[in-house]
Formats: sequence, C-alpha cells, structure tokens
Amino acid sequence: MIVVNTETIPGMKIVRVKGIVQGNTVRAKHVGRDLAAGFKNLVGGELKGYTELLTEARRQAIERMLAQAEQLGANAIVNVRFSTSAVTQGAAELYAYGTAVICEPTSVQPAEQV
Amino acid sequence: MGANDAIQIVLFFGTTLFLLFLGLTVGTTVDRLHRKRLLKRETEFANMLVTDLRTFPGGAETASHATLVMGQVVIGSDYLKTYLAKLRNIFGGEVRSFLSLMERARREALLRMMQEARDRGYDAVCNVRYETSNIGVAKRRRGMAMAEVFAYGTAYRSTELSP
Repeated sequence: MIVVNTETIPGMKIVRVKGIVQGNTVRAKHVGRDLAAGFKNLVGGELKGYTELLTEARRQAIERMLAQAEQLGANAIVNVRFSTSAVTQGAAELYAYGTAVICEPTSVQPAEQV
Repeated sequence: MGANDAIQIVLFFGTTLFLLFLGLTVGTTVDRLHRKRLLKRETEFANMLVTDLRTFPGGAETASHATLVMGQVVIGSDYLKTYLAKLRNIFGGEVRSFLSLMERARREALLRMMQEARDRGYDAVCNVRYETSNIGVAKRRRGMAMAEVFAYGTAYRSTELSP
C-alpha cells in the first residue's frame, strides 16, 4: 500500500478513486506517565512517555485507515491528513483520513510499498 | 505568631522560590542545550530538500518512491516559564516564555520527520504539515504547559538532488 499526503503519486497514474477512508483512536494517558511528566514540567524537557503514547496512537489510526482501504480494494491512499481533538480531559482522539485510490505505474520506477 | 506559623510561611514561599530557581537554572540550561542540538542537527540535514508545497518541486518526473513520513514530540515547560505565563495572564499580551517552547517543539518534530526520511533512504520531503494535539489538556488547566507537535510529509527520492 502506497501512502502519501500529496494529491499525486510520482511515477503512478490514478485510474480509479475508491472514496474517503479513515481511521481513528481515542487514547488516555495513565497515572504513571503523569508522575514523570509532572516532574519534567518543573525543569522542562521532552516528555518521552507522552511522545511514545502519541506516536503509538497515531500508528494505530493509520493502520485502521489502511485496513479500510484494503477492504475497498485500493492499492494506495493519497492526500492523507491528520487531525486531533480533545474528547475530555486527558484523552485525545487522533484521526487519520485520506482518499483511497487504485493506481498504475506510468514509468519504470514504481513507488515504494509501505 | 508562633514558630510554627513562621515555618509554614517559609515552607510555602520557600517551595515556590526553589521551584522558580530550579526553572531558572535547570530549565534554562535544558532550553539552551536543546537549541544547540537542534542547530547541529539542522546543519546535518542542510542538503535535504524540505518544502510545504503540495506537489513535488521540479515536477513529478524528478521524484520517485513517495511515502509518508512523520515526526512527533511532546516538550514540557518548566516552572519558571509557566509562572511567567500565569503573570502574563493578568495583563494580557504576548507570552514570550512559551514562544521558545513552541519553536523548539516544531523544529524537533520536523527534524524527527527528516530523520525518518533519511533512515529510509529518501533525500527530500514535500507537502509538510504541522499538527498539534492536546493529550495533556488536563495538566494545562492545573498550570502545567506542554507543546505537542506532530509533523508529517511525503518523502521521496529526488533526481534533481543526486548528481
């Protein structure tokens, strides 16, 4: 599956648009991470626990989007966008969406598979 | 006023002063060292073509192997900065203490995205977008501040760059 956030894929031609696909996840942080973050908030610096949490959540949202695209029989997703919203205190929704398409190579260089 | 009251007053102001001092010393050092690291890494990535154009600069025929790359970072503020921002809340105006925090977070997220692109063998990134999340929103209400920045873009191999 090719995933890009541009409208076109270099070396490929979009032959069929399958429609919008999306994936989301709502994540809450836990107390253990809060403790470390609370200390870090006194002296500044990266809150690694939160970084990991968000990276992991983002990956899951993408995977769900990919699963949807596969179900539609698409082989690429173009124009991928990310969005976040705060559902409640300490929980965030991460949302990924894009357009599932079927594409064909136009030249000798194929795009890399994800 | 007894000795007990005096101890309580000292504890109350002492803790705040200590935390402010901690912010001033450690916080400022962390900030400075991070900036230094950012600058060093940015020079390492100087030959990477990163744009926020919606298409491939130089045309699609100069690009190949496109894929999505991402970078995420959460940076916490220190006590002094949060305190200054609270003071600023009374009078309004620009909160300078958080400017540097947001700037550092954006640069770090972009660098991580570029690092991922380089690790996977790409030499250019286009259509870069920034996104902020707010998992620490509850914390923010209790007076803690953090910058959560996410950068993403389409990495590709550019024939314009390679000789």
